Amino acid sequence: MEIPRHWRLKQQRYSLVGEVCPHCDNKIFPPRDVCPNCGGEAKELYAFSGKGEVYSYTTIYEAPSGFDTSAPYTVALVKLEEGPMVTAQLTDLDNTPVEIGMPVEMVTRKMRNDGDERGIIVYGYKFRRRT
Amino acid sequence: MTTPQHQPFPTLLKPAKPVGIIGYGAYVPRYRLPAKEVARVWTGGKGGLPIKEKAVPGLDEDVATMSIEAARNAMKRAEIDPHELRAVWVGSESHPYAVKPTSTIVAEAIGAVPATQAADWEFACKAGTEALVAAMGFVGSNMAHYAMAIGMDTAQGKPGDALEYTAGAGGAAYILGPAEESLAVINASYSYVTDTPDFWRRPEAKYPEHGMRFTGEPAYFKHITEAATHLMEAMGTTAKDYKWAVFHQPNTKFPQRVASQLGFSMDQIQPGLLVPVIGNTYAGAAMIGLTATLDIAQPGDRILVVSFGSGAGSDAFDILVTDKLSARRDRATKTQEYIARRTEIDYATYVRYRGKLAMK
Ligand SMILES: [Zn+2]
Repeated sequence: MEIPRHWRLKQQRYSLVGEVCPHCDNKIFPPRDVCPNCGGEAKELYAFSGKGEVYSYTTIYEAPSGFDTSAPYTVALVKLEEGPMVTAQLTDLDNTPVEIGMPVEMVTRKMRNDGDERGIIVYGYKFRRRT
Repeated sequence: MTTPQHQPFPTLLKPAKPVGIIGYGAYVPRYRLPAKEVARVWTGGKGGLPIKEKAVPGLDEDVATMSIEAARNAMKRAEIDPHELRAVWVGSESHPYAVKPTSTIVAEAIGAVPATQAADWEFACKAGTEALVAAMGFVGSNMAHYAMAIGMDTAQGKPGDALEYTAGAGGAAYILGPAEESLAVINASYSYVTDTPDFWRRPEAKYPEHGMRFTGEPAYFKHITEAATHLMEAMGTTAKDYKWAVFHQPNTKFPQRVASQLGFSMDQIQPGLLVPVIGNTYAGAAMIGLTATLDIAQPGDRILVVSFGSGAGSDAFDILVTDKLSARRDRATKTQEYIARRTEIDYATYVRYRGKLAMK
C-alpha cells in the first residue's frame, strides 16, 4: 500500500501540474522546486497544456504486477509542447502503429489498482493520439 | 373514504435568480460493440436489434475518468476559474467505488478543490438531471456563482439479457451560472416521481434486474409524459414552440414513441437521438442528447429535455439558446466528433474490457 504517495502526487498525476521558474520562465515537470535550467528556486505551480509529441516508445508484453491486466500496452517518452519530457502510457491506440513525432494529448485514466481490487484505484495521465 | 391520489402540484421549479448553462461537455469512449455481435453470441443472430451499436469504455476508463474529460470540455467552453465552481456533482449508477465519492476525483482533476461541494448522486438514469436541478437551485439562490452537474455511466447488462444490447457508456457535464452569462437559459424545470419498481440492482448484485414489460407504460411513458405535459402546461407551450426535444433513450423506439405521444416530430428529436449509435448511457443519456443538440442549435431555439430514471421519475427542462452559444461551442470536442472516433470490437474483447472474465 502506497496511499500517502498516491495522495501526494495526485495534482501532477491527474492534471500535469508542474512548476514555472520565475527567473527564466522554464517550465518544470515533474515539480522539484528548483529550476534545472538556472538553478533558481521555482515553486510557482504551472498547469501544462497536455499537448506534446512522441519522442520514443516501446510496447510492454510482460507487464509488472499491477499492470498485468492491461498488457500489452505502449509506453512512450512524450515531449511536452512546453519543453519537458515525460514517460507515460499511450492509450486508445486501436492497434494502429505509433510513430515518432506523433502528436498526442493528455487524458486522465485508470493506471492500476493499489494492491488488488480491494485497494484504491490509482488515476493518472496517459496520452492518446491527437486528431 | 377517498384514496389519496398522486395529483401533481402544477408549480414549476424556477429559481429566484434566472440561471442558465455557461458551459457543457460530452464524452463517449471510442469502442463500439455492434448489437448484431451480441445477437451472434446469444441468439444465433436471430431477433430484432434495439440499436445499431453501443459505446464501450476502454480498460482504463470508468465514470471518474469519463467525467473528468466531459468536465474539462465544459470548462473549455465556460472559460471560468475552476475555483469559482462551488459544486461538482456526479450522477451515475456505475460509480467506481461503493464508498468514496467520484466527485472529489473529478473536482481535484479540474482544479475546483477545496472550497466546493462534491457529491455523487443516485437515481438510476436520472441521477444526472437530478444534480442539474439541484445546481439550478444552488446558483439561483445565490449560494454559488457556478455549479457543475455531470451525468455519466458505464452501464452493465447481464450477459445475454435484453439490456446487454443497449447498456452503453458516455455522458455529459454542465456548468450552470447566471442567465446573463449563459449560452442557454433554463427557463424552468418540473419533476414527476413515484415509487415504481421497473428496474433495480441490489447492493451485492453485479447486474441489474428489470420488470420486463413493466418498464414501458407505467414507468418510462407515464413519467416522461406527465413531467413534459405539466411543464408545458405551466409554461403555456406546446410541442410547436420547441425547435428541439431530447428524451431519455433506453432504446430507439421508446423516445420516438414518447415524442409522437407528446406531439413532437422525428425531426425535432433527431439531433439528440444518440442511442442507435452509442447505446443507452443511463444517467448520461438525456444529458448527452442535449450536448449534441446544443452543438447544432441556433440562438432563439427552444429545447425541451426530459430525463427518466427507473424507480421512477422524470425531470423536464425548458431551455432557450442565447447568442453566446455560437462563440463557445467550438472551444471543445463536439458530441458527434466523439461518436465518429470509433473502434469496432467483438464480443470477446467486450467481455475482457468489461471485466466479465473470472480471473481467479
Ligand atoms: Zn530558471
